[in-house]
Amino acid sequence: MRTKKVILMNESGLHARPASVFVNEANKFKSDISIIKEDKECNGKSIINLLSLGAAKGDCITIKTVGEDEEQALEGLVKLIENGFGE
Amino acid sequence: MKKGIGVSSGICIGKVLIKQDKFEIDKKNINNIDYEISRLDVAIQDTKKQIENLRKIAKEKIGEEESKIFEAHLLILEDPEIIKQTKERIKNKKKNAEWALTEITNNYVDMFKNIDNEYLKERSADLLDVSNRIIKNLMGITSFDFSSIKEPVILVSHDLTPSDTAQISKDKVLGFVTEIGGKTSHTAIMARSLEVPAIVGAENILSNVRNKDVLIIDGEKGQYIINPSDELIRQYKMKEEKYNQYRKELLSLIGEKSVSKDEIEVELTCNIGSPKDLDSVLKNDGEGIGLYRSEFIYIDRNSLPTEDEQFEAYKIVAKKMNGKPVIIRTLDIGGDKNLSYLEFPKEENPFLGYRAIRLCLDKKEIFKTQLRALLRASCFGNIKIMFPMISSIGELRLAKELLNDAKVELLNKKIPFDDKLEVGMMIEVPAAALISDLFAKEVDFFSIGTNDLIQYTTAVDRTNQNISKLYTPFHPALLRLIKTIIENGHKEGIRVGMCGEVASNQKLVPILLGMGLDEFSMSPISILPVRRIIRSISKKDMQYHIKKIINLSMAEEVEQYINQNLDY
Repeated sequence: MRTKKVILMNESGLHARPASVFVNEANKFKSDISIIKEDKECNGKSIINLLSLGAAKGDCITIKTVGEDEEQALEGLVKLIENGFGE
Repeated sequence: MKKGIGVSSGICIGKVLIKQDKFEIDKKNINNIDYEISRLDVAIQDTKKQIENLRKIAKEKIGEEESKIFEAHLLILEDPEIIKQTKERIKNKKKNAEWALTEITNNYVDMFKNIDNEYLKERSADLLDVSNRIIKNLMGITSFDFSSIKEPVILVSHDLTPSDTAQISKDKVLGFVTEIGGKTSHTAIMARSLEVPAIVGAENILSNVRNKDVLIIDGEKGQYIINPSDELIRQYKMKEEKYNQYRKELLSLIGEKSVSKDEIEVELTCNIGSPKDLDSVLKNDGEGIGLYRSEFIYIDRNSLPTEDEQFEAYKIVAKKMNGKPVIIRTLDIGGDKNLSYLEFPKEENPFLGYRAIRLCLDKKEIFKTQLRALLRASCFGNIKIMFPMISSIGELRLAKELLNDAKVELLNKKIPFDDKLEVGMMIEVPAAALISDLFAKEVDFFSIGTNDLIQYTTAVDRTNQNISKLYTPFHPALLRLIKTIIENGHKEGIRVGMCGEVASNQKLVPILLGMGLDEFSMSPISILPVRRIIRSISKKDMQYHIKKIINLSMAEEVEQYINQNLDY
């Protein structure tokens, strides 16, 4: 298992278009992926789950990856967030 | 004759095809959980094939953009949480898959309903759309197959989903009628872009028609007639013919100049709310953008847009308009339009309150961010800046000073902008109209905002139903004010435009031409009808009529005079 904390810097956070970008990226990996915000944890491959998390700009979230490609998965997803989803 | 809300003009006569999308979901006890779960898996696989197929068809027949909706649907269909939770629900409650999926779907839909976010509302509709598709597959109900439509029909339905409208093509559907929806609903927007007549909000139509009934719909008036008499059919065929003739005449005006019989050329430009509206501008041959409402960049989000984000939104429009003028109005928020992330004071009279330029001159950083973005975008086309709600010379001077500050900031950072970009103002407050001679010395152009000018001049709240009769563009006071503004602008050699509803009011266009209005800005759909009127009148004749109209004492008399003498 690997985890990393990141702060959402893009304008619309994780509850609009970027959510689908995130899920598409997450689906490229075999590992289980979850997003944790405060005490809520959600499935990073579920668009509906992710949207209902309501993570906005400035929120601190933890990405957790578990599985054979957990390292690459974490790296890819963190990069996506740090680049602000190309917004 | 029955009535709904007309959302897309035109008349059509044709046979009804009902798209039935209501079905009952039973709650059943089950014994074989594994069997129930495998039923769900099979239904999801079937649904996947259907959606992939729909995506392919939409891409080929309608367009890349329309096919994207199905990509979103596939993402939802394969959502691991929805599937997992539905399976758990089947297991724990020992209930059928249809019921379990409905429960899970509704949970999310209810949750999203309470969040004020346009994006989530759309996804909610998508989730329901996908979930219904799976349930239909579970129940063995075949989804409505649009490709099976052989001859053109009038589609009647309770509502149309995004995936329905993405499959509708103009050669198969003459028009549509739905039981629910409003002017800005998905169905309405789609109908207008397909240019087929449509009525929404036709309550209970499904209980009154059957397949193959003959239906007449008048999309302008929102009226429809079920199984009309031969005489009515004959009448409406003539109306249809006349309307089509009129449409044809309008289309022949694409590429033509907006010039009167006595060679007075005016500019017909468009009001837009976002870059999405540009297709319609180009299609209707708009000669520029007379009003780009910058608010859309600020709404439906949780924080202020950055300078870069704004720059992109302005640049795209400037580039696409390819040298044609693009007048961008600075932030016009407050009053009845608030932003969730900015605190607004509660006001007794929001329309007379803290709004538009008043707010921008107070929150200078927000304003300057926008001005810098506008300046930067000015290198990519013919951008002009326009300030809203100016009521005193002091406000205008301060706004211009801040624009100057923004220029200096960019200069210091060596960021390029067009130093000659024109700066204008809206005239929508009577005080500004009355001293427009003074304002004209300090700006490059005027744009008359009639919606607010009527409201402020006649002291009539335009949203108050009880006094809606008092809200009229024919009030002699308004016509005199407009005349004054145009004359004052011309005395100083500046152009005078108009960007309110009046600019496309077919009865008033001739008067405005006679008064010397240089630019008429309107929704794209009005461009060609207004061009037709301009080309069929002469300014000289109108000047003769204005002399009479300007001395009439009542709005009713003005309107009557126009009806009798100026019918184009």
